[in-house]
Amino acid sequence: MLRDITLGQYYQTDSLLHRLDPRVKIVGTFAYIISLFLFRNITIYLIAGLWLFAMIRLSKVPFRFMVKGLKPVIMILLVTVICNVLFTKGTPVFSFWKITITDEGLKMALFMTIRFVMLIIGSTLMTLTTTPNQLTDALESLLSPLNKLHVPVHEISMMMAIALRFIPILMEETDKIMKAQLARGADFESGNMFKRVKAMLPLLVPLFVSAFRRANDLAMAMEARCYRGGEGRTKMKPLIYKNTDRRAYLCILVYLVVLIVGGFIGKRLPL
Amino acid sequence: MIKIKNLVHEYIRRDEDDNVVDIKKALDDVNIEVKKGEFVAILGHNGSGKSTLAKHINALLYPEEGQVIVDGLDASKEENLWKVRQRAGMVFQNPDNQIIGTMVEEDVGFGPENMGVPPEKIWERVEKSLKAVGMYQYRKKSPNKLSGGQKQRVAIAGVVAMHPKCIILDEATAMLDPGGRKEVLRAVRGLNQVEEVTILHITHYMEEVVHADKVFVMDKGKVAMAGTPREIFSRVEELQTLGLNVPQVTLLAHELRKAGLPVSKGILTGEELTRELLTIKAGR
Repeated sequence: MLRDITLGQYYQTDSLLHRLDPRVKIVGTFAYIISLFLFRNITIYLIAGLWLFAMIRLSKVPFRFMVKGLKPVIMILLVTVICNVLFTKGTPVFSFWKITITDEGLKMALFMTIRFVMLIIGSTLMTLTTTPNQLTDALESLLSPLNKLHVPVHEISMMMAIALRFIPILMEETDKIMKAQLARGADFESGNMFKRVKAMLPLLVPLFVSAFRRANDLAMAMEARCYRGGEGRTKMKPLIYKNTDRRAYLCILVYLVVLIVGGFIGKRLPL
Repeated sequence: MIKIKNLVHEYIRRDEDDNVVDIKKALDDVNIEVKKGEFVAILGHNGSGKSTLAKHINALLYPEEGQVIVDGLDASKEENLWKVRQRAGMVFQNPDNQIIGTMVEEDVGFGPENMGVPPEKIWERVEKSLKAVGMYQYRKKSPNKLSGGQKQRVAIAGVVAMHPKCIILDEATAMLDPGGRKEVLRAVRGLNQVEEVTILHITHYMEEVVHADKVFVMDKGKVAMAGTPREIFSRVEELQTLGLNVPQVTLLAHELRKAGLPVSKGILTGEELTRELLTIKAGR
């Protein structure tokens, strides 16, 4: 079920990527995602693929954890591939009944798939090597200029951190309520989509009630521990750039340059 | 350390038109004094007002009448609010709903972070308090992977890291299994004896009260009984009318006494009873 989403599931080990400042990782991931969309030819996929491969090796996270992150999006991927193959116009390669499969369509589908898979693996890698708390800290720090525009950056990042912490707890709770209802004869599996959604209702109500109760308790616990917003608060793990982080930024820059050069060269090549 | 004078707290229920429908006195003229370094237990069945009392000591509630003084600070004064909360740390009932961090050490550091302690000092505090409750080896773990007793110990460490003068356990053992309860109590007793932190343990488990220095029994918002565990447990019938069960050993001793054996009052442990019975046997 939902448990399979690797997003937000930290894989604990000690590696260069794990030790890197989370801000570098966020910026790097964004640069990487954008880089995937800059050009559409085989050279940049090679370069980006090599980069990704190097990062995976550096992270020391087993590859199967990244594949796990792909599972929930496989359906979307399949649909886009089929649409691309069937509906792209161009030089026909293969014709059958009313369906014509074109050279362009196949190429598009292939590129799409590569891009998509690399994108997901790249962002999964970031969440695998960064704790959710580091991520929210980094976002808070990266977005802090918005504070001047009266955006409550600290509060938002605190909410995100708390949400992340409670996802597994609420998931467990859902499971418990579901089992309790199943034991009393509730039916979540049969019927059409409409019926199944309706069957979820008695699941959602107790879940909401309990979530509110938890929120209430948590707010009280936070107040009891002197929480009073971001002002005058220190950080246990303050974000300070080290030399490795500066070098990592340089690496990202080099990667981007290489990719752009590669992209222009790739344009000249056939395919 | 803690001085509560004539404390009254009312829960007022209103209807849609803001008319008062019902006033329930959760606390009614409560007077309690706790000295520094003491281990005090507060007993009472559900709805006796014991949790409301705890929230007053942590300044989470505002007294309607009376006074709460924590470490010389008046808890009802706005300017003392954060000082009081730092000095009187609170551990709640549900371990899941009071852990904020996604990693054990991050959660323990939450309190000191809020107080504005510099980072290096936070790390010192986190290490020390995790060691004090015996959870140091779990510092990198996710709280979701811990047992109930371990989570509660993390919550206690989170409070200890704020360097409180007193820790209030608001039914902190109520949701734990017997093993977890023992774990938590051992950690708390250690803090009480080694660091001399004042402990206010609110519970409805009688066995947990046996080692306390002082016991208060609450009923309908009032302090019904006060004294040492031995004094309290020698009044078995009174406790039973308040809806509280005495520990089995104490009950057995009480029944034996009623049956005519010269067993002394307020037996707390099995060993005590065995000793008593052996002396009686030897005397015959």
